[in-house]
Amino acid sequence: MEYTTDLLNALVLLSNYVLVPSLSYGSQLALGAVGVTLIFGILRFANFYHGEMMAFGTMCTIFITWWFQSMGFTAGFFPTALLALPLAILITMLLALATERSVFRFYRLRKSRPVIFVIASVGVMFMLNGIIRMIIGPDEILFRDGQKFLIKAGAFKKMTGLSEGLALKQTQVLTVILAVLAVLLLFWFLQRTRTGKAMRAFSDNEDLALLSGINPERIVMVTWVITATLATLAGVLYGLDKSFKPMVYFHLLLPIFAAAIVGGIGQPVGAIIGGYIVAFSEVTATYAFKKFLKYLLPSDMAPDGLIQFLGTDYKFAVSFLILVLVLLVRPTGILRGRVL
Amino acid sequence: MSYLIGERMTGGYGGADILKDCTISVDRGEIAVVVGPNGAGKSTAMRAMLGLLKPREGKVLLEGEDITKLSPQQRVHRGMAFVPQTHNVFVTLTVEENLEMGAYLRRDDISGTMEKVFELFPVLKDRRRQAAGELSGGQRQQVAVGRALMTLPSVLMLDEPTAGVSPIVMDELFERILEVKRTGIAVLMVEQNARQALNIADHGFVLVTGENRFTDTGEALLANAEVRRSFLGG
Amino acid sequence: MTVLLLAVGFGQSWNVMLAIFNLCLISAIMSMGLNMQWGYAGLFNAGVMASTAVGGLAAVLISYSPVRKAWDAGGTELGIAFAALVVTIVLGLLVWKRMRPGRARSLSLTAVVLVGYGFIRFFYEGASSSIEAVETAKTGFLGGLGLPVLFSWAAGGVAAAGLAWLVGRIALGLRSDYFAIATLGISEIMISVLKNEDWLTRGVKNVTGLARPVPYEVELQQTEWFVSLVKWFHESSLVESGAGSDALREVILLSSGVFVKLCYSALFLAVLLMILALAMLALNSPWGRMLRAIRDNEAAAAALGKDVTNRHRQVFIIGSAVIGIAGAMLTTLDGQFTPGSYIPLRFTFLIWVMVVIGGSGNNLGSVIGAFITWFLWIEAEPAALWLVGLISSMLAETSPLRPHLLEVAPHMRMVLMGLILVLVLRFSPRGVLPEQAPERN
Repeated sequence: MEYTTDLLNALVLLSNYVLVPSLSYGSQLALGAVGVTLIFGILRFANFYHGEMMAFGTMCTIFITWWFQSMGFTAGFFPTALLALPLAILITMLLALATERSVFRFYRLRKSRPVIFVIASVGVMFMLNGIIRMIIGPDEILFRDGQKFLIKAGAFKKMTGLSEGLALKQTQVLTVILAVLAVLLLFWFLQRTRTGKAMRAFSDNEDLALLSGINPERIVMVTWVITATLATLAGVLYGLDKSFKPMVYFHLLLPIFAAAIVGGIGQPVGAIIGGYIVAFSEVTATYAFKKFLKYLLPSDMAPDGLIQFLGTDYKFAVSFLILVLVLLVRPTGILRGRVL
Repeated sequence: MSYLIGERMTGGYGGADILKDCTISVDRGEIAVVVGPNGAGKSTAMRAMLGLLKPREGKVLLEGEDITKLSPQQRVHRGMAFVPQTHNVFVTLTVEENLEMGAYLRRDDISGTMEKVFELFPVLKDRRRQAAGELSGGQRQQVAVGRALMTLPSVLMLDEPTAGVSPIVMDELFERILEVKRTGIAVLMVEQNARQALNIADHGFVLVTGENRFTDTGEALLANAEVRRSFLGG
Repeated sequence: MTVLLLAVGFGQSWNVMLAIFNLCLISAIMSMGLNMQWGYAGLFNAGVMASTAVGGLAAVLISYSPVRKAWDAGGTELGIAFAALVVTIVLGLLVWKRMRPGRARSLSLTAVVLVGYGFIRFFYEGASSSIEAVETAKTGFLGGLGLPVLFSWAAGGVAAAGLAWLVGRIALGLRSDYFAIATLGISEIMISVLKNEDWLTRGVKNVTGLARPVPYEVELQQTEWFVSLVKWFHESSLVESGAGSDALREVILLSSGVFVKLCYSALFLAVLLMILALAMLALNSPWGRMLRAIRDNEAAAAALGKDVTNRHRQVFIIGSAVIGIAGAMLTTLDGQFTPGSYIPLRFTFLIWVMVVIGGSGNNLGSVIGAFITWFLWIEAEPAALWLVGLISSMLAETSPLRPHLLEVAPHMRMVLMGLILVLVLRFSPRGVLPEQAPERN
C-alpha cells in the first residue's frame, strides 16, 4: 500500500520536472527545427539567423501585446500575446522576405557555395541581434498575462493526497496544443496542396522541378513565409513559457540544429521527432534523480549524491553530444534525410 | 518541314566545341534516334535542343519558330518534354505525386491524362501511392516517362532511357515508346543500345565527335554495312 | 590605417592607442589562423572561441605555479579517474573492433561504458570537490607548471592543435554547414567545461595575477633608469608645468603604461612577423603548392589521388594552433583568465568579419582586415555615443528618445559589424585588399 503511494509520488515528480517540461520545451524546439529544416532542405544552407528571427518575431509580439494592453484589449484567461501573434507573424514574414531579396537572392542566382550563404546569414544575425537589442533593450522581459497555472502544485496535492505536486502552466499546455496544430497545418499544406507538393519536389530534385515548370522564386518565397511563421510561433511560446531575453535565442540555435540533423535534413517529421528527443535528453541528463530514486528504492539504499548525469551548466553539451553521435553513426538522421 | 529541328548547332559547355555543325530533327508521330560512340555529343545535342546549353552557332526551331533564345522552362511551356538520364523522378514523392508534378504547368483537370498514363503503364497504377524511390529501375523509368507525358507534350525527348536496364525491361520500354509515338507525339531519343533503338526508329542520326556522320531512316542505317561494322558490332 | 591609429593616439591618449594596437596585433594572428582554414581548406570554423580559450588555459596551466595542497588533496583521485577513462576508452574500442557486430557486441559496449562511467564519475567527483575545497577563495584549483610565460604561448598553440585534431576526427569530411554547426557546438561545450570545472580553471572565479614577460608598471615607476628616461623625454613639458613632483608622478604613471604596452607590442609584433614569415615559406614549399592546387580544383586533385581530407586536417590543425597562440597571448596581456569572457559573438564571429574583410587566402589581407575590424569595433562605441550625443542635442530636453538612444549606442556596433560583413561579402568578396591569388567564389 505504501509502495503504491511512493510509486505515484515518483511518477508525479518525474512528470512535473521531466515529462511536462520536456514536452513543452520539445514542442518549442520542434517548431524551430522544422523551420530550420525547411531552409536546409529547400534553400540548402544552415540558416544561422534563425534564432534572431525567433527573437524578432517575439519582440514584435511583445510590442503589439503592450499596445493591446494599453488599449485595454486583452484575452482574459489567455495570454494577450496570442492575439498579437498574427500581426507579429506578418511583420516577421516581411523581414524574412526583405532579407531574402536584399541578401540571399544574389547568391542564389549565382548558385554560390552553401558556406557563403551561411556567412551571409551570420552577418544578418549580427545585424538583427544589434537591432533587436537597440529597440527593446538587452534585459529580460516577461510578457505573459492571463492565468498562469491551470493546476497548482498545492491544489494537486490536496486533490490527490500525494506529497508531490504536479503544476501545469497554461503556457505549457498552450505550447503543445499550438505546436500540434501548426504542424498539422503544415503537413496538410505540404501533402495536399499544389504548392506544398511543389516545395517537396523542389527539395527532392531541384533540376527536375525546374524542368517541370515549377517557379523557384515562388517556392523560395513560400519557404521563407512558412519559416517566419514557425519561428515567430516558437519564439513567442518559448518567451511566454520562460521569458524573453535577446541573447537566449542565439543559444537555442544549437539544440535546434541538433534536432533538425537528428531527424534528418529536409524532413519536417524528423525535425519534430528530433525536437522532442533533444528536449527529453537535455532535461533527463541534467535532472537530479535523487528524490525520484528515494521514492522508488528502499530507504537504506537511498542515494546520497544528486544522481545527475551532467551538471545543468552542461545542457548544451547534451544537444551537441547527440549531434555528434548522429553524425558519426547515422548522418542521414532518423528519417534518412539528405546527407549534406 | 520537321516539327522540331536543331539546325547546324555548334558549341559546347564553355571550353572547346562539342557539337560541330550538327543537325537533328524529328517529326510528329515519328521516332528519331541519336546514336554514336561515347563522347560523340549525343546528350549534348539533346541538351542544346532543350535549351540547357546555348549553342554558339546554329538555331533550334519548333514548328518553324525560332526558339533558340528561350529557356528550358519556356520550351516546356511550348510543349517540349524531357526525360533526363538520371535523377529523373522525385524519389520522395509517390508515383501519383510525380505525375501531378509533371502536370504542374496545367491548370485544368489532369485526371484524364493520368488515366491514359496508367493505361500506358499499368504497373504504375498498382503502385500509385508508393514512393518513386522504392520502385525498381525499370518502373522508375516508366514513372519518368509518365511524368513527362503529363503535360500532353508535342515533343518527348528521352536521354538514354534504357541505360542500366535489363533487356526484357528495355524491350518493354521501347514498346511503350512506340505506343507514345502512335498518339502523334514527336519522340526524340538518345540511345546507347543502338541496334534495338534503330529498330524502332523512323529516322536515325549517327553522331561522331559532334558531327553528323550518317543520317537516314532507321532501316537504312541498320542495313548500312559501315554503320553496322562501326557501331552495331557487325 | 596608420593615420587612424595616430589620430586616436593624439586625440584620446597614447595608452588607449597602444592598447588598441596590441589587440589588433593579437586579432591579426587569430585572423591569419582562421584565414588559413578558410582560404586554403574552405572550412567554416565556427569554433574559433574554443581554440582561443584553450590557448588561454594553456597560459594558465604553464605559467601559474602549482598549488601543492590541491595536488595533495585530489591529485591521486584525479589520476585514478583519468586512468579509468583511458581504460574505458581502450576497452570500448577493443569490444567494438574485436567482437562481431550484433546484439552481444552492443550489450558489452553499453556495459563497458556504463561501468566505466560509474568508476570515472566516482573518483572524479571526489577529486574535484577536494581540490576545490582547498583555499577556495584564493586558489581552489590545481594551478599550473610554473614555467616561464613565453613557453605558455607555444603551449597554447600545441593545446589548440590537440583540440583541433580531436575536432577534425569528428567533423572533417562533413559539408561546410555541418562543419560549422559541429565546431560551434564543440566550442560551446569547451567553454562550459572551462566555466564549470573549477578544479582546473577556477571557473567563473577567474585566475588572476598571471605572470608576464614584461615589467610591471608599478615596478617600472620605481626604477632609476626609467625615471631618468621619462624626465629626459618630457623635459620641455615638465619645465613648463613646473618640476613639481605631482606632474612628474603623473607623467611617470602614464609613461610606464606606455612603456609596458610598447614591450608587449614588440613581442606581439615579433610573433606576428614570425608567423607571417613561416606562412609565406610554407606556401611556397611543395606542401603549400599542393594545398593551393587542392584549393583551386578540389575534384581534380582528388582524382589525382591526393588525400584531400588529410590536407584539410593539417591546415585545420595548424590554423587552430596559430589561434591558440594568440589566445595564450591574449590571456597574458589581460593578466587573467576569464572563462566568462569567451562569448561567441565577440570571438568567433568578429574574427570572421576580419577574414572576410581581409579577403580569403590572403595572409597580409587578414592582418589588415583584423586591424580595420578591431579598430572599428572598439571605436564604434564611443563614436556611436558621440553620434547619439549629437542627435540628442538636436532633440528636445525631455524627449524620451534621448535616454533610449544613449542606452542603445553600444549595440550599434553589432549592427555595424553585421552590415560590414554583408556588404563586403557581397560587393568585395576578394576583400578590401586586391588579391593576388585567384578567389574561389
